[in-house]
Amino acid sequence: MNQKTIIPVGPFHPLQEEPEFFELEVEGEKVIDITVNIGYNHRSIEKIAESKTFDQMVFLVERICGICSTSHPIANCNAVEDLAGIEIPERAKYIRSIVGELERLHSHLLWAGLAGHFIGYNTLWMWVWKYREPILDLFEAVTGNRNHYAMMKPGGVRQDIEEGAIPALSKGLDEAEKKIEMVTKAALDDPVLAARLKGVGILSKEEAIDYCAVGPTARASGVDIDVRKDEPYAAYGLVDWKIITQEDGDVFAKVVVRLLECFESIKIIRQCLQKLKTTKGDIAVQVKEIPPGEGIGHHEAPRGETFHYIRSDGSNMPVRLKVRAPTYVNLPTCKVTVPGESVADATIILAAIDPCYCCTERLVKVIDRERGRKWKWEDLLRLSRKKTERIKKRMGISHE
Amino acid sequence: MSSPDPIAAIKAEFKDRIVSWEEKSPKRYYITMPREDITKVADFIFAKQGARFIIASGVDTPEAIEILYHFAFDKLNKILTVKVPVPKERCEIESIAPIIAGANWIEREIAELLGVNFLNHPNPKRLLLAEDWPEGKYPLRQEPRSNR
Repeated sequence: MNQKTIIPVGPFHPLQEEPEFFELEVEGEKVIDITVNIGYNHRSIEKIAESKTFDQMVFLVERICGICSTSHPIANCNAVEDLAGIEIPERAKYIRSIVGELERLHSHLLWAGLAGHFIGYNTLWMWVWKYREPILDLFEAVTGNRNHYAMMKPGGVRQDIEEGAIPALSKGLDEAEKKIEMVTKAALDDPVLAARLKGVGILSKEEAIDYCAVGPTARASGVDIDVRKDEPYAAYGLVDWKIITQEDGDVFAKVVVRLLECFESIKIIRQCLQKLKTTKGDIAVQVKEIPPGEGIGHHEAPRGETFHYIRSDGSNMPVRLKVRAPTYVNLPTCKVTVPGESVADATIILAAIDPCYCCTERLVKVIDRERGRKWKWEDLLRLSRKKTERIKKRMGISHE
Repeated sequence: MSSPDPIAAIKAEFKDRIVSWEEKSPKRYYITMPREDITKVADFIFAKQGARFIIASGVDTPEAIEILYHFAFDKLNKILTVKVPVPKERCEIESIAPIIAGANWIEREIAELLGVNFLNHPNPKRLLLAEDWPEGKYPLRQEPRSNR
């Protein structure tokens, strides 16, 4: 008898709180195929951009995403600057990199916490999110906002970082580094995490290249691409740091890449703060006119390359803005990473690319067509957490 | 395998077919190709020269729908954009998704938002628009503007 069952997860993801709709086709515990439906919350930002001026457009694209809210503005400004041939002042470069890297820090920590929560490791979740909080305070000190910083504009940045503010920022970073170091050591040495995540949801190097994956998703599969290194914009060519890669391509490798990247981000911010002390001058150049033509800008967001293409007809508004967020190319990789795995693992594999749909699903049910049984997202979470518990029991470290 | 100078290799490979060649800066190249060649071009740049396919942009211009395929040579710090004008009368072009898995979604998106028919696409379903969105209405097509 055919036991094929479709598990719909969507149209709002209950944990990531964003609109995405997965249909998992399962045979017993095993997922044999997956379909992704997006577009539930399409906001037509590309179309709206056609009626905004180049200055207004930066604020518009900042609202594409709440987590990586400075990534789109940086990519957008890079595109406008590429179009008009603008070179930004050195001081602005350092400030751009500082904001960009603070964002990577808070975003990677947010993800690490969620990943812990997904597999029933709530201690990790609460730890990490506790240590993420002071990073948002640093944001407030630098930009005046905990989120949606409004720091970027074509030609430079909107606000300066005063020299008096630097010691407090450095101190905040030192403390964050100690905590992240502790979490990283604990997580990477944890036998349960290793048993739960190693060898799960493997994306091979060839598949990563074929699906054009970017960011930590690609780097965890041994593809050493990073826009910050490959096309050094902002201050990324002026400071010392390295690309983190792993070879295994599984969920664990993605954890390793993100956690280790945090330390590179801290390294970058420290050097930039140091350079701000000696690099004086303007924080922006005056941009008077945007000539007709085309411009391409990209930025390494926490999830990977964010790409903007702009076409101008010489007026004060773009004719066309094309935005490609990293999840757009990372998400389709689930077609190769999820099938063959168990339903309990699908949750964490789908989360491992750190998807960002800006807002995912509340209605989750699993319908067993044969028996007419309905499963809810809570049931799936229970399955995922049970598996961790089973592993712990097998290792003799369960508390139950 | 990829050559040390893929840009020159592309120029040599398609020299008779290239409609226009623009080097906007040492980092940005824009070339225009006829639509008949797109699968050959995509195969050469992606499979033979090892470029990464970033994304495609569709632009509605008065003359045609332009499709811009953006390819990155990451380690060389170059982005090559292949422009292909598709006339609105017979608005169709061969799909590159069978060659590049990463092009699957964007072709579906351009199909529904700009009304370009991608021939031989492995999964030509709608991506973003609702199932009950009317046929033949393309949200990203331009309407005459009065406010500019």
